[in-house]
Amino acid sequence: MSAFGGAGKGWGARLVVIAPYAWLFALFLLPFLIVFKISLSQTAIAQPPYTPVLDLAAGWEGARAFLDGLSADSFVLIGSDTLYIASYLRSLEIAAVSTALLLLIGYPLAYAMARAPARLQAVLVMLVVLPFWTSLLIRVYAWINILQRDGLLNQALVRLGIIDEPTTWLATDAAIYVGMVYSYLPFMVLPLYATLQKMDDSLLEAAADLGCRRFKAFWAITLPLSLPGVVAGGLLCFIPISGEFVIPDLLGGSGQMMIGQTLWSEFFANKDWPVASAIAVVLLCVLLVPIGAYERMQVRRFEEGR
Amino acid sequence: MRRLSVFNLTTLAFGLAFLYLPIAILVIYSFNDSRLVTVWGGWSTRWYAVLLHDRDLLAATLNSLAIALASATLATILGTMAALALTRFGRFRGRMLLSAMVYAPLVMPEVITGLSLLLLFVAADVDRGFSTITASHTTLTMCFVTIVVQSRLVDFDRSLEEAAMDLGCPPLRTFFSVTLPLIAPAVAAGFLLAFSLSLDDLVIASFTTGPGATTLPIRIYSEVRLGVKPEINAVCTVLVAVVATAIVMASLLSKRGAAAPGLPGR
Repeated sequence: MSAFGGAGKGWGARLVVIAPYAWLFALFLLPFLIVFKISLSQTAIAQPPYTPVLDLAAGWEGARAFLDGLSADSFVLIGSDTLYIASYLRSLEIAAVSTALLLLIGYPLAYAMARAPARLQAVLVMLVVLPFWTSLLIRVYAWINILQRDGLLNQALVRLGIIDEPTTWLATDAAIYVGMVYSYLPFMVLPLYATLQKMDDSLLEAAADLGCRRFKAFWAITLPLSLPGVVAGGLLCFIPISGEFVIPDLLGGSGQMMIGQTLWSEFFANKDWPVASAIAVVLLCVLLVPIGAYERMQVRRFEEGR
Repeated sequence: MRRLSVFNLTTLAFGLAFLYLPIAILVIYSFNDSRLVTVWGGWSTRWYAVLLHDRDLLAATLNSLAIALASATLATILGTMAALALTRFGRFRGRMLLSAMVYAPLVMPEVITGLSLLLLFVAADVDRGFSTITASHTTLTMCFVTIVVQSRLVDFDRSLEEAAMDLGCPPLRTFFSVTLPLIAPAVAAGFLLAFSLSLDDLVIASFTTGPGATTLPIRIYSEVRLGVKPEINAVCTVLVAVVATAIVMASLLSKRGAAAPGLPGR
């Protein structure tokens, strides 16, 4: 039930709904429509650097001229130039591999957190969350310190006698994966921890009483029950990683770019706004299914608590 | 009392070391006396002194702080309103769209959000700078505020509000004298989270900035691209300290809400 008597009582109640609604509509939803519109425009040497521009003052004639000027050139370019397709594929590959690595590293960590004494758990959650709130840029930069040629990793490895001379870590795929795992680990660990922590211990005890080995009990009970956490963590990592810019830009090599980098360079270096917009539209379409799944998950989470 | 097995203890130790070692190294090396970032030359605070004389850097810091303060204030108001709308107004028309718009920015790749906001500002012919970055950050961070406040609103005993209303207290007054004091810790936590997110953002600010509105992350990014420098280690250390303080405060204020805002299943 609605405690404040439903919508539309006083002006105060109306404002509470209308203000955030209007804000998000104008600054989140509307911009996507503009991106879509500009993706159908053509590049021009002008300010702003695209045509046609909708001229409302010209009335019908202006609208006609605007519609005639629209073109799918940018999409044709993205579809025909293998550079863009390769960039999308690389993004999805890196996002998939990163998510898998995150799951492999995050699951044992979340499991250990959920098994810790109750008093310690709150502290552990806090410790895992804290780095997430410090700037992504700083966390990536911290790894440049470590991974560069005369950095601490090479120094340590040489001193330990594992390698004879410094190897290249920075500007490799390995560096990208280290950066991704490091930056997104809290996103994976927290939902996993939340489902593991809610789990009923008596199930495992029952399994043990019936002679089930601990390892088998994990596969038969713990893992299936934690699947919602796996899906949640996977979505929270996979979606933003697909469009990541800072990590591949600072840690990756000069080879094949991820799509976030391609969009960035089309926009900032080539000043090709229509192509940059078309890249964003296609990326959004690619991510529509995972974003939809994530949305449903979030809605369900709060509706259950009501 | 449960005890941790050796395996679990090792996992925790390695996990936390992985999370904290890089930042710890960064902090330690910011006190390195040597200009060569990889050679240890003894303890020194000289790079912090260098910072104080870097005019551009100080200007960028002030810009970032002003934007973070303004956008976090706006985001807290709008985000709390959205949380109330989603939890206390039943099933009004367009509720699904509102919740979709609140949750989507949390996972939306930043390059898409940044580009779309910039194109909006260009289409609306707005002068880009302080105000456009502030509006953009408000849009992103209000969603985090909503999630934190919403978790709190879903939790607490609604009979208090109902009692007040049954006794003839008007809705607006009920909100300010009953609801707001109860959700105040979550609102404060939301504000601090919004503040630190705004202070950290590079991608969205890069798209929506204009002449004269260089923020600290934009400035750091342009330096970092040229390689590691001891001054940058020092700036980053200061920023980490500020944000860590804000977040620890936020967590103390709202034990439940601030621990994992935006993350499902809690």
